[in-house]
Amino acid sequence: MQHTLSNASKAKTVKSFTRNNAIYRKRRLVNLFNMGASMATMAFGLFWLAWILLTLLRYGLEGLSPAVFTEITPPPGSAGGLANAIVGSLTMTFFGTLIGTPIGILAGIYLSEYGSRGYLAPATRFINDILLSAPSIVIGLFVYEVYVLSVGHFSGWAGSFALSLLVIPVVVRTTENMLRLVPGSLREAAFALGAPQWKVTMQVTLRAAKAGVTTGILLAVARISGETAPLLFTALNNQFWSNMNQPMANLPIVIFQFAMSPYEDWHKLAWAGSLLITFSVLTLNIVARYLGRQKTQSH
Amino acid sequence: MTEQNIKLKVRDLNFYYGNFQALKGINLDIPSKQVTAFIGPSGCGKSTLLRIFNRMYELYPGMRAEGEILMDGQNILSRDVDVNLLRAQVGMVFQKPTPFPMSIYDNITFGVKLYENLSRSEMDDRVEWALKKAALWNEVKDKLKQSGNSLSGGQQQRLCIARAVATRPEVLLLDEPTSALDPISTAHIEELVHELKQDYTIAIVTHNMQQAARVSDYTAYMYLGDLVEFGETDTIFTAPSKKATEDYITGKFG
Amino acid sequence: MEKYQNTPQLKRQLLIDTLFRNSTRFFAFLVLALLVGIMLSLLVGAMPTIRQQGLGFLTSTAWDPVTEEFGALVPIYGTLLTSFIALLIGVPVSFGIALFLTELSPTWLKRPLGIAVELLAGIPSIIYGMWGLFVFAPWFGDNIQPWLIDNLGEMPVIGFLFQGAPMGIGMFTAGLILAIMVIPFIASVMRDVFEVVPAMLKESAYGLGATTWEVVRNVVLPYTKTGVIGGIMLGLGRALGETMAVTFVIGNSTIFSTGLFDAGNSIASALANEFAEATSEAHLSALISLGLILFFITFVVLACSKLLLLRLKKQEGRGT
Repeated sequence: MQHTLSNASKAKTVKSFTRNNAIYRKRRLVNLFNMGASMATMAFGLFWLAWILLTLLRYGLEGLSPAVFTEITPPPGSAGGLANAIVGSLTMTFFGTLIGTPIGILAGIYLSEYGSRGYLAPATRFINDILLSAPSIVIGLFVYEVYVLSVGHFSGWAGSFALSLLVIPVVVRTTENMLRLVPGSLREAAFALGAPQWKVTMQVTLRAAKAGVTTGILLAVARISGETAPLLFTALNNQFWSNMNQPMANLPIVIFQFAMSPYEDWHKLAWAGSLLITFSVLTLNIVARYLGRQKTQSH
Repeated sequence: MTEQNIKLKVRDLNFYYGNFQALKGINLDIPSKQVTAFIGPSGCGKSTLLRIFNRMYELYPGMRAEGEILMDGQNILSRDVDVNLLRAQVGMVFQKPTPFPMSIYDNITFGVKLYENLSRSEMDDRVEWALKKAALWNEVKDKLKQSGNSLSGGQQQRLCIARAVATRPEVLLLDEPTSALDPISTAHIEELVHELKQDYTIAIVTHNMQQAARVSDYTAYMYLGDLVEFGETDTIFTAPSKKATEDYITGKFG
Repeated sequence: MEKYQNTPQLKRQLLIDTLFRNSTRFFAFLVLALLVGIMLSLLVGAMPTIRQQGLGFLTSTAWDPVTEEFGALVPIYGTLLTSFIALLIGVPVSFGIALFLTELSPTWLKRPLGIAVELLAGIPSIIYGMWGLFVFAPWFGDNIQPWLIDNLGEMPVIGFLFQGAPMGIGMFTAGLILAIMVIPFIASVMRDVFEVVPAMLKESAYGLGATTWEVVRNVVLPYTKTGVIGGIMLGLGRALGETMAVTFVIGNSTIFSTGLFDAGNSIASALANEFAEATSEAHLSALISLGLILFFITFVVLACSKLLLLRLKKQEGRGT
């Protein structure tokens, strides 16, 4: 008697948990649908990435030739390369990074090491994050108003200044974040030996955060190597070789100009340039993340 | 203890984190070239007290100390005493090993270079001396150029002791120096403390009462910011005068 | 006691320390000054237009460099419309991706997929533009657009949006490409904020028998609401100011039209196309005024985004 009763109650319990319960079935369907949708969005994202990269490889490789690296930008209808644009881009990226990095690192040090009191640090942090995403074309306008108008002509320097203004917020942000990851006990240990603040910061804290700060600089370089908008009215363009005080050719703007033109030869060069830029930017991104990852693993 | 044998005199010391009073009217004499242990439950203020001896608290806003700490007659809390010079005289070792991100050699010379101009060979001698003091020389003498991070936890902590010793301070502050170490490394460090007290005045904070009993000559028991009892370690552990101390030591509380 | 007191060497140390602190402070201040400088310089450049036209500039659809008549309505409309399309498509997709990365993806796939999303963010905008102009727009104009025009163009109320010629380029294409560009930004913010939800909170919901969707809907989303909105605003800020991708595909028309498939203009694309060639003072000033409007809009959007994300951080701080 006892036995059958327990069996019956067990059967009843099991039944209320079966998958045929109407409410549960509906919940499972909703869940299934949404999870499916989530997977679809992931596929959607990957689809565009693949499409863009494959297009780039197809047309870009077609346009690549040794002449791209050795000859300067041609007039429409004749053969040529991108040598002056490549060198111009490298030069301006170099100077942009050179100017922007120290400013960014020092400002980042202030935010992390001195920023615990006062209004300046929180205000700077806030504004810096806005500048990080501010439209880069406006930065170009600013440099035009402040520098190009006063010297009276477009130039490689103007382009470098515009790029350096894009480097600063990236470096400030990563420097501050990376310095904050350095354990406070390491700073205390240095202070405990009687070291002054600047030695503690430069020789101990910054050194401990070296990998992270380098990552930030690389990401900044990656960002400015592909930027077009801030160069439109600062460096402009140049069909020939130029020095830093003249309008300077650079890959993004040459690509823009050539792609918008009706000439087939120019389109080809534009694709080749696009492949070069994308390839270097993505490589920089990957190297930077790899470094950043090593950093986090060693801790 | 005679007046001459006292290295640090704490007089009516109060300490505040913002509005919270973390230390209440502490009076204490720390004898020279002896080991003084600070014990007590978490939050009793023992680490706080230790961090006043080298004014480490000044790094953080909202913290302030009142009263006097006399070191060889000089009030080290006074504005006239330069904090960096003070810290060069009062070395500190932390709960976790804190090797700087540089070579073993540079770790040792970092503090020395701050206040002394030594020739290359003098510096080499100093590094060897400090590492020998910390009983680490034999293990690292062939890899002085390697990063301090490449050592084991126990070795790193001895490196930090060597680094603190290298500037030839008069006082060594040890803030739970073995709390992150295994038993064997702990034994090494304890032996070392025993050796070092011949030359230095040592103040050690510890959670481990056996450790206090093993390494110290004097013990201070603290509770909720008060100094409950202070005396020779043997007395404190065998015949404490206060009930609270006895309860803590025998494990009835804490 | 001599030894604790100032010596010449120490004075030097103190001096260097002061110099160091003040130079870092100066550069931090420079970042602030940069923002003020940008605003002031734009304001000065925009002055002639503001003086001449006042608020009328915002509502005029004129844009004629020859007669020197300028109005900002066409580019403002284009900027807002393309960004709106970008969010309409980008937000659900980003949410799905963030959901996939935090809740569904097998661990070994998380990293490569995360990198893929970051690569999408790393591709320079000019590449999106070229690809949009040469590859996507022709394909879209041939295969998708005619169908949309035939089937949706006749519908009441919204039909007018889908009329016009299947040119491929236009405001819809610009919005779609913007969507692809902002997806990685929004998705990675969403992923980051989803990851701050305490595991125990999610586990207690799973422990009651909730499905993944129910946990996300009822625990994760409410917990991270402000962060999610902050991420969307960040994406919006990016979309509003994006220049090159839009310039390639929006069609650069200065004539006002409401249709999604019509050519239009955005503030950024107007600047990119005309600035270097603008000669008259009125033309330049009108363009700088557009820049000022763009900076103002993005500043407000990004500031809101930042404030929301800060609020989430505070809430997180309280929780632990």
